[in-house]
Amino acid sequence: MIYWDQEKECMPLEQLRELQLRRLKETVYRVYAFVPAYQKKMDEAGVKPDDIKTLDDLKKLPFTTKQDLRDNYPFGLFAVPMSEVVRIHSSSGTTGKPTVVGYTRKDIDIWAELMARALISAGATRHSVIQNAYGYGLFTGGLGVHYGAEKIGASVIPSSGGNTKRQIMLMQDFGTTILTCTPSYALFMYEVMKEMGIDPADLKLKAGIFGAEPWSENMRREIENNLKIDAYDIYGLSEIIGPGVAIECSYKNGLHIAEDHFIAEIIDPETGEVLEDGRQGELVITAITKEALPIIRYRTRDLTALDRTPCACGRTHVRMQKVLGRSDDMVIIRGVNVFPSMVESVLLNIPGVEPYYLLVVDRRGNLDELEVHVEVSEKIFSDEIRKLEELEDLIRRELESALGIGVKVRLVEPKSIERSEGKAKRVIDRRKI
Amino acid sequence: MAKQISVFLENKAGRLAHVTRVLGEAGINIRALSIADTSDFGILRLIVSDPDKAYEILKESGFTVSETEVIAVQVPDSPGGLAAVLEQMSEENLNIEYLYAFLGTSENNALVIFKVEDIEKARQAFTKRGIKFLDEKRLYQL
Repeated sequence: MIYWDQEKECMPLEQLRELQLRRLKETVYRVYAFVPAYQKKMDEAGVKPDDIKTLDDLKKLPFTTKQDLRDNYPFGLFAVPMSEVVRIHSSSGTTGKPTVVGYTRKDIDIWAELMARALISAGATRHSVIQNAYGYGLFTGGLGVHYGAEKIGASVIPSSGGNTKRQIMLMQDFGTTILTCTPSYALFMYEVMKEMGIDPADLKLKAGIFGAEPWSENMRREIENNLKIDAYDIYGLSEIIGPGVAIECSYKNGLHIAEDHFIAEIIDPETGEVLEDGRQGELVITAITKEALPIIRYRTRDLTALDRTPCACGRTHVRMQKVLGRSDDMVIIRGVNVFPSMVESVLLNIPGVEPYYLLVVDRRGNLDELEVHVEVSEKIFSDEIRKLEELEDLIRRELESALGIGVKVRLVEPKSIERSEGKAKRVIDRRKI
Repeated sequence: MAKQISVFLENKAGRLAHVTRVLGEAGINIRALSIADTSDFGILRLIVSDPDKAYEILKESGFTVSETEVIAVQVPDSPGGLAAVLEQMSEENLNIEYLYAFLGTSENNALVIFKVEDIEKARQAFTKRGIKFLDEKRLYQL
């Protein structure tokens, strides 16, 4: 099987555009009627649902941002009554309030459908044994992949993240053929396999579907060579639906965006102007089939470019390049979204600590590491090492509990962190993505 | 009692050179120093000829500086001299945070700089036991 739903995935473009337009119009009417926040934004922008006559009219609609989700926390952007909502997920709890997303039963079905397409695209079949090492819980990765894997009839091992030695034991004993997790975790598993004296070539592993953080072609080669598998990139974000928004096919020349459910645009992140195909910019997605949380022109902050040239796999859906970076200062570390502002709010809650800090992200071995540099002001300085180490430790613990990942804290001299006139440089990313 | 200048330093090449250069150019003489360090940073502790001026100048140069009260104790410059002082401090339950030696001597005694938990208690104990310590004016001029 090459496709999960050939009719949709290979739909002739003219037909696809008609379908998109019809679904877009429906969605715009629905949000205008049922979501006061959308109605308000559209009224302010002077656009009515009737103004959307062609796909090109999409650009008349205002953008939706993460802030809109926060402002309407938790359920303010839902377009259905809660009695229709069967599932609630939440972002990895970033700045302040997390962003909350909801699903109706139909939304869950569509999501499973998208993940089924993604898994098939990466070579899965009903005979596959899929070890799903994405975290299960509020994070969309675990359950998103899970439902898709069950839909295609594969055998799913819901191993969730962590406990790497056990993961590898399951891989050996259950004959895992497909691994799903973050790319950095896949490389970490390889390191542990080496320590355990296990040769990946002796495993039944054939492919991996990796996402939730940006990764490079170099990293793909490393994963493929080390684990002796095919590595596929998958893209998604909870605000849109979760994993499965876009997936690579066997040609690995971009990720096909499921265009029967989403409309993709690339904009200039500074001006908001829509850029032509091929230009690099920020990906903006409109979800045109979602019931609980339809989302109009969501600014993903992910930088990429769209390619509409035909793909040899036969799918007609547009391809996005592997994500190149972010248009904001968010960094993704081991699948967790980290904003400098989160670090700042933690630091400001520690008496005497001033908000001069820098996030340094690096990849040591195969795991991403976050080091937070904090300037030592006179208020927190002590002539005793022990007190400074206690302070370092306190900052580290506070950061770790707020961010949910391991952090190293380094105290630095005052003024050693670059001050800038405009936007302070808060992040140095040394990972070669 | 004496004032010690403490300076925060990152473990980076040239930082110590920078501090000492700044002091040298201001005509401040370093009388004693010690460095405590971790893998990332160090604390430079100094006894200088003019602590208040050193404090101002280092601050102006952008360093994180603090002034700390320490005691300069005269220790007999002979085998067992320091041990005798430390034993007496132990008997008095004086907690020592750290100590380091002073460059130079006073009345044929070695000088050791002590940072103690409770400086007033230390002063009283030393007086009671006849352990001599220098007042700051004399210390800076040595």
